[in-house]
Amino acid sequence: MVSEEPVPSVRLPRVPASGYLDVRNTSIAYAGRDGDVVLAIDRVDLSVTQGEFVCLLGPSGCGKTTFLNAVAGFLAISSGQLTLKGKPIERPGPDRAMVFQQPGLLPWRDVLHNVTYGLEMSGRMRRREAKERAGELLELVGLADFARSFPHQLSGGMQQRVNLARALAVEPEILLLDEPFASVDAQTREGLQVELISICNRAKVTALFVTHDIGEAVFLADRIHVFSRRPGRILREVRVRLPKPRDRVRLSPDFFRYVQEVTEVLGSTPAAAAGVVEISKEKGHGNRRS
Amino acid sequence: MATVALDDAGMPKKQHHIFRMEFGQKAERMVWGTAFLVALFAAWQSVTALHLEPPIILPSPADVISALQALFSSSDIWLDFAASGQELLFGFALAAAVGIAAGLAIGWYTRLGYFFDPFISFLYAVPRVALGPLLVVWLGIGLGSKVALVFLISVFPVLVNTSSGIRSVDPHLVRVARCFGADDLKIFRTIALPGSVPFILGGLRLAVGQALIGVFVAELLGAQHGLGAMIENAGQQFQTDIVFAGLLIFAAAGMLLTTIVRWLERRFDAWRV
Repeated sequence: MVSEEPVPSVRLPRVPASGYLDVRNTSIAYAGRDGDVVLAIDRVDLSVTQGEFVCLLGPSGCGKTTFLNAVAGFLAISSGQLTLKGKPIERPGPDRAMVFQQPGLLPWRDVLHNVTYGLEMSGRMRRREAKERAGELLELVGLADFARSFPHQLSGGMQQRVNLARALAVEPEILLLDEPFASVDAQTREGLQVELISICNRAKVTALFVTHDIGEAVFLADRIHVFSRRPGRILREVRVRLPKPRDRVRLSPDFFRYVQEVTEVLGSTPAAAAGVVEISKEKGHGNRRS
Repeated sequence: MATVALDDAGMPKKQHHIFRMEFGQKAERMVWGTAFLVALFAAWQSVTALHLEPPIILPSPADVISALQALFSSSDIWLDFAASGQELLFGFALAAAVGIAAGLAIGWYTRLGYFFDPFISFLYAVPRVALGPLLVVWLGIGLGSKVALVFLISVFPVLVNTSSGIRSVDPHLVRVARCFGADDLKIFRTIALPGSVPFILGGLRLAVGQALIGVFVAELLGAQHGLGAMIENAGQQFQTDIVFAGLLIFAAAGMLLTTIVRWLERRFDAWRV
């Protein structure tokens, strides 16, 4: 099992419980615009073990963000089980920190006090301790020199790093990321991805990362759960055995084989095919005829 | 460590550029603004120098300046300042306190908003100056009715601005706060309140001008002292130069107060781009 080569992934009939984040037979439905019931997530089974980086990949509108919102506690699940460390998730809490696509920094606070914000809200730390901790995290994301700057003075990429630092400051059991790099330019995005891997490794972060970008998922993830079009089902679980750090992995043949494999999975059902076309239009890679 | 070189280097440069542009714009604005005032004074001076109108209708700038000098050489003017200042201060302070407090409550509690909004719209639409005579009947001709009129005239800009500031809070920031486990009180204190500071200050700036109008109108309805009363008396005695001098004092007071609030706005508004 410990080979360096990409091993063909296995579709697991049943996911064994990890004892960390466990999702059992979970469906999410909500009332649509016309009062009818929309099924967003259909009987999903997955688990995330401690220290793992898991990506949820799927076409736009497949319900993966809905799913992440349920894990964050913003949304109730309709059936099944959703537990973190054995406790059912019912509401938002500081044990799960969310990094949204929009940085959502408080414009009237400087960078340092934006990073202490989460700590203040959870009320677990004294002011001075919180500041020290925030300073360490700014060091970690490479923004120590910008502690006194205000958000509007930073670039989009830098704002997103502050956002990440703020989420990490509360030492969450699991970090939830919802396409956090979707609104920064391509070059900055690749840099941020490299950084995210190194930060998560150093801080031993468990992460659940939602994206529709195949390359991003393969680059970041230990495991990828590929979602179908709505209602979202897990089409396949792909274990990515690329060596870390992955700074130079993007041009390797192994990387490309994973991208190809995932692309084929997304194209394997007629319902999902449309989604793949959408992705390949956006990203310029992926094979439309697969 | 693996950091990405973003536009760290380009940033200060950009700021420098913006600063230069602002400075240039500011200078140009000053030039144009001053040019108009100079032209106005020149026209005024020439009209009076040609004796096109008798001084009782249009006094010359020199007449007005000497009237100002005469005013400030007597001690009566300080009584007027004290009286008007007191009315302005009490009325405006009350308007600010009540306007901000009520605006916060109405903006934050949706139902309270539903409850009071029609009443506020109604009062906002009434020409509040017209309440003056009523206030005199209710509160007499002393300080009370004047403070009440200043208050009624200037409370609405503060109240309406404050409540719309609270209502326009960024829902994404609220989501972020909830995500960290913040309760309603914390969201109010850390998101809604600081987010509406620019709105509140904007309301106060509008209110200052309104409060000055309130002072003037209140004193027209009968007063022993006060700048408004002084202007009214001078007008009745055709001392047109004193009327002009009084107008200048009013305008100067208004500009001074507005400048102070603007300065406050810039200070607390630095994060707004």
